[in-house]
Amino acid sequence: MTEKQTPPTSMQGPTCPIPHHHTETVVIGHGSGGQMTSDLIKNNFQSRIGNAYLAEGNDAARLDFDGFNGQIAISTDSHVVSPIFYPGGDIGRLSVCGTVNDVAMLGAEPKYLTAGFILEEGFPIESLNRVIDSMAQACIEAGIQIVAGDTKVVEKGKADGIFINTAGFGVIPNNRQIGGQFAQPGDAVIISGTLGDHGIAVLQARGELGFESEITSDVAPLNHMIADLLDAIPNVHVLRDPTRGGLGTSLKEIACQSEVSIRLEEESLPVKPDVRTACELLGFDPIYLANEGKLIVILPEENIEKALNIIKKSPYGVNAMRIGSVFGEDPGMVLLNTAFGSTRIIDMLSGEILPRIC
Amino acid sequence: MSNMGTPKFLSGYRNADLVKTALGEIHKRMTKPWSLMEICGGQTHAIMQYGLDQLLPDSLELVHGPGCPVCVTSLELIDQALWIAKQPDVIFTSFGDMLRVPGSDGDLFSVRASGGQVRVVYSPLDAVEIARNNPDKQVVFFAIGFETTAPANAMAVLQAEKMGLKNFSILAANVLVPPAMHAILGSPDNRIQGFLAAGHVCAVMGYWEYPPIAEQYQTPIVVTGFEPLDLVNGILQTISMLEEDCVAVENAYTRAVTYQGNQAAQAMIKKVFEPVDRNWRGIGSIPKSGFGLRENYRYFDAADRFDSGDIKTEESEICIAGQVLQGLKKPSDCPAFGTLCKPQNPLGAPMVSSEGACAAYYRYGKK
Repeated sequence: MTEKQTPPTSMQGPTCPIPHHHTETVVIGHGSGGQMTSDLIKNNFQSRIGNAYLAEGNDAARLDFDGFNGQIAISTDSHVVSPIFYPGGDIGRLSVCGTVNDVAMLGAEPKYLTAGFILEEGFPIESLNRVIDSMAQACIEAGIQIVAGDTKVVEKGKADGIFINTAGFGVIPNNRQIGGQFAQPGDAVIISGTLGDHGIAVLQARGELGFESEITSDVAPLNHMIADLLDAIPNVHVLRDPTRGGLGTSLKEIACQSEVSIRLEEESLPVKPDVRTACELLGFDPIYLANEGKLIVILPEENIEKALNIIKKSPYGVNAMRIGSVFGEDPGMVLLNTAFGSTRIIDMLSGEILPRIC
Repeated sequence: MSNMGTPKFLSGYRNADLVKTALGEIHKRMTKPWSLMEICGGQTHAIMQYGLDQLLPDSLELVHGPGCPVCVTSLELIDQALWIAKQPDVIFTSFGDMLRVPGSDGDLFSVRASGGQVRVVYSPLDAVEIARNNPDKQVVFFAIGFETTAPANAMAVLQAEKMGLKNFSILAANVLVPPAMHAILGSPDNRIQGFLAAGHVCAVMGYWEYPPIAEQYQTPIVVTGFEPLDLVNGILQTISMLEEDCVAVENAYTRAVTYQGNQAAQAMIKKVFEPVDRNWRGIGSIPKSGFGLRENYRYFDAADRFDSGDIKTEESEICIAGQVLQGLKKPSDCPAFGTLCKPQNPLGAPMVSSEGACAAYYRYGKK
């Protein structure tokens, strides 16, 4: 293999495939929560059913009603995670927490949920009961009630066991302005705990890792933590749960919504050693892995210590850290300062890394 | 040649102080501009991820090599894979990166969306397991990769043979590093003065193939790893040789690589595969640069088992992947980079793969 090889005849020929845009059929990446999802929402949904509420680009909408003192927050979320039971959680707990959290991210107090079930013929009743018990437990923890529901059954092979849609309703106390569009230069950025636990826990439960670990999902209702935080610090600007697409995608969305840049310190990003190891073996970046019990808080610099103290008192916030700052220049950019003194740009997750994690 | 030390634990290879010391040494030793090529796409990504390119002297050019197996897999092979994956009663298995690489018409994701059974596996042995569990299906594994994946691909074939599986085959697409180095160094357009050899390939193959290459082209080669300290040490050793006008093959990745390499793995490769001429996407045919199945194992060759007939490949003329893969141009030189061509909408394979140079530039914000 060491004899002289003839160089290829043409060293210049530009060769690349015809672009393939994935506009004809839905592919799995459209559900990644990253750029492809964002494009699908913009090009296919907002262009047809867009309005001022959807244009705000948050996970929940803020509604005004004549004669009502305050505003209503409303959100909906479908849950298709596979497998339905995984270390630290299941589709039932996820379907309650996911929607409770989406509502709470507007600074609302979640009050009620609806739940719609799509069940596949042959799904064990025992599993269904486990899922419902888990939902009940999560409702108690979050202090909310499921007040309306729907059940449909489809033929074997037309769904995967169980899918759950939940919608959530909450009340936003008067004048509270919290959302992805309100980050301001001079703000500080907090994450309430370690990154990527949910994504790796689900992947591991699928038996695809080829190794074992003790990573459990972080799925949790964050509304009490948020209530305590907002009671003490009313002028929080942004709350966001970095679910599909991870911290990187969420911060990129916020930077675009608020027209600011966000600078992160790589060394401050909290990642559990097992998760980091799994990421290294599998080639994932924890910044793009899903979380289901983590909170991004963006608030004025002067409140940072107070906020961290409150968040750390919650069982879901003990590893909270300040991870970055908000700036006015380079709007729409998220930048990461490495330990070596270099900088890199964080963009949205561009494809799918793990399908059906929520 | 000494480098800046060998820490005991992995975290040491990311230690900012050690990396900065080695970087300082590079700045001190460089008196002339040099162009080095890192062969492996994993190295390109690590350089971008840690922003090492921003910290090296401006007069040091890092040229990104063809070491991304997804990027260099030929269009003919991808089209063949798409054709096989569309056949009824076939379960087509592949590493995840390959699913988004565009063929002439669509990619494996589109095949899956239109009903084809395409599954992501993390190891070719998983594909063998799928074959065992689905005796009424033909299970095909897309055996891409450099010498690094070849032992596992060979092992899958041997395992399938041992289990007597009649429904397992591989689409052999492995490519080899040394012939590509010959092609690059032998090109009239070559401007590479030193190589960072791909550490993981060398962990399997050793580096006994490299001294004749270094000798023939008078080009120093340093076996280099993937952590920040590995990379700066590899660069430091290479430029030290260049500055001292010395040509040799050195190993800056001693914790993983020996001169002889993993001989058991090499023996397994040799048992199952033989070198064959292979087309590299964007580069062209390179003699004896791929692994094909030997006569004894031809039974497991998906290309023989499935007659895809004549496939007409069609490449567009927009992007410059070929020149990027040969190190003649940078991803950011491409008019489509970051505009028409993005990871979620790739024009070329280097924008798709987690090892692709264009994806590295895009993801880590290199303009």
